Amino acid sequence: MTPKPAIRAEGERLLAAFIAAGAVPVETDLLQPAETLLDLYGEDIRARAYVTDDPIRGEMMLRPDFTVPVVQAHMAHGADPARYAYLGEVFRKQARGSGRASEYLQVGYEVFDRTAPEAADAEVFALFRDLLAGLGLRPVTGDIGILMAAVRGLETTERRKAALLRHVWRPKRFKALLDRFAGRAPVPVARLRLLERLATGTPAQLIAEAGTFVGLRSAEEIAARAEALAADAETPPIRATEAALLYDLLALEAPAASALSHLRGITPMLPAIEPAVGRFAARLDALAARGVDVATLAFEASHGRTALEYYDGFVFSFHAEGLPPVASGGRYDALTNVLGAGASIPAVGGVIRPELVVQVRGRS
Amino acid sequence: MIRIGVPSKGRLMQDCFDWFGARGVVMRRSGNDREYSGVVDGFDGIVPVFLSAGEIPRELAAGRIHLGVTGSDLVHETLADDEVEELARLGFGQADLVIAVPNVWIDVETVDDLDGAAAGFRAAHGFRLRIATKYHRLVREFLTAHGVADYSLVDSLGATEGTVMNGTAEAIADITSSGETLRANHLRVLSDGLIHASEAVLWSSRTAEWSKEDQAAMGRLAEVLGVRRQSR
Repeated sequence: MTPKPAIRAEGERLLAAFIAAGAVPVETDLLQPAETLLDLYGEDIRARAYVTDDPIRGEMMLRPDFTVPVVQAHMAHGADPARYAYLGEVFRKQARGSGRASEYLQVGYEVFDRTAPEAADAEVFALFRDLLAGLGLRPVTGDIGILMAAVRGLETTERRKAALLRHVWRPKRFKALLDRFAGRAPVPVARLRLLERLATGTPAQLIAEAGTFVGLRSAEEIAARAEALAADAETPPIRATEAALLYDLLALEAPAASALSHLRGITPMLPAIEPAVGRFAARLDALAARGVDVATLAFEASHGRTALEYYDGFVFSFHAEGLPPVASGGRYDALTNVLGAGASIPAVGGVIRPELVVQVRGRS
Repeated sequence: MIRIGVPSKGRLMQDCFDWFGARGVVMRRSGNDREYSGVVDGFDGIVPVFLSAGEIPRELAAGRIHLGVTGSDLVHETLADDEVEELARLGFGQADLVIAVPNVWIDVETVDDLDGAAAGFRAAHGFRLRIATKYHRLVREFLTAHGVADYSLVDSLGATEGTVMNGTAEAIADITSSGETLRANHLRVLSDGLIHASEAVLWSSRTAEWSKEDQAAMGRLAEVLGVRRQSR
């Protein structure tokens, strides 16, 4: 076990470096309202976060993550642009025998800046790289924005695109939907039976025949979805060439510079990704300007898709053999919109786990 | 003495007595009906401890009882996979944990449809589709594995089938043996909505202290019952 004072000292060192880089230190509550986190992450967060109960404030969670409270604080009364740094404990339930800590320090840096998102991406990444220099960590980057742009650009119904986008952070489900929409997987038998039944009458008739109406989900909602299912059954599959590009994109793993050439190569066939690829190119320029060797920097188009579901652009992490990621982060523009009640601001940031930094340093 | 947790009342207790009795291990409550103590006739070294079925998983995990009989649903809901060891399925107490939705949801047949309905529901109502249950962990793990989003679990400790009619939930996940209560409340089970097929199981604690005598008694007991020996 790494002694706690050594971990805290490392955390303080990193925090001081973030402050020196221009960040304002912020503190957030340990107890966070569960409702906000549940609405963002869904019930899955209960399996990972400690939930506690307060007779007056209701369900509370021991802070599983800093991003949400920091964004909330910024959206409520932040300067524009702003840089923040923080150091504190987060709490995550771990599986028995995993050997992973359920309570650990995170030190983080977040940038809220409208002017040049790609420059901000590069600033955060380069800062992390500098602070973690000499540890022999392996950086991996990704860009969920390209995948999302590719989905938005598919020649299919808005409904199918929305279904895919909704599950972009659940790779297994996303793949199952894509397989179905692309005609690679057969329509499930249960769906065929359902469609047959729906064809025997109008939704209103079928609802009336089904008996006593119970529940808050209205007859209009039910009818609308029934009609949408019938319409979807008539929708032609996503074209094979277009689907192939999307499968190719999901599996794309290459050094960043090669990944960019590859993406530029497929852009004429998938024109919707052009702006996202343009941002990717601008980011690589910004990274190169900060001395990052983009010819060797690892890029994975699906990187970050299984993390907490708010990254929607650049993502990165730093890895050491046999440990959880020592650092990770990314861009979360949409989250500021969700938490900002209409207001939004492009945002990027990341966290480092000082305990792991100390461990890795001890190895060498 | 091997302490074996036995459900303290009802059908489950009687079925349990019958199962052990048929194998020559005759359990009975001692003293009067209200007293929760018991004896075993025809077998030395084991004593029944009468507990509510819902308390047996916890007592097994804590090692306060060596063996216990209770439903697999309760164990899987409350304990981690490796906390107790399954010795035998007893063939009674069968009940299915299922997801049920209103009959009038003519557009919903499978868990996949439930996910689609949840997306629309949240967009229309501004909150996540509520599923009433007392089996939070089993239900959440099932829905996560199926990639369902935009739902919330609301706690229901009784009369779960009535929550939809009462407007406190949109769907339910509950134990059913015949489905009659579901039908009476205008609900039906999703065609792939079986979360867990529960039955009574004889469990062995991994944390209880087993003396030499206990181990010897367990060896004899396993033979008489025709069950796998506990693995240590």
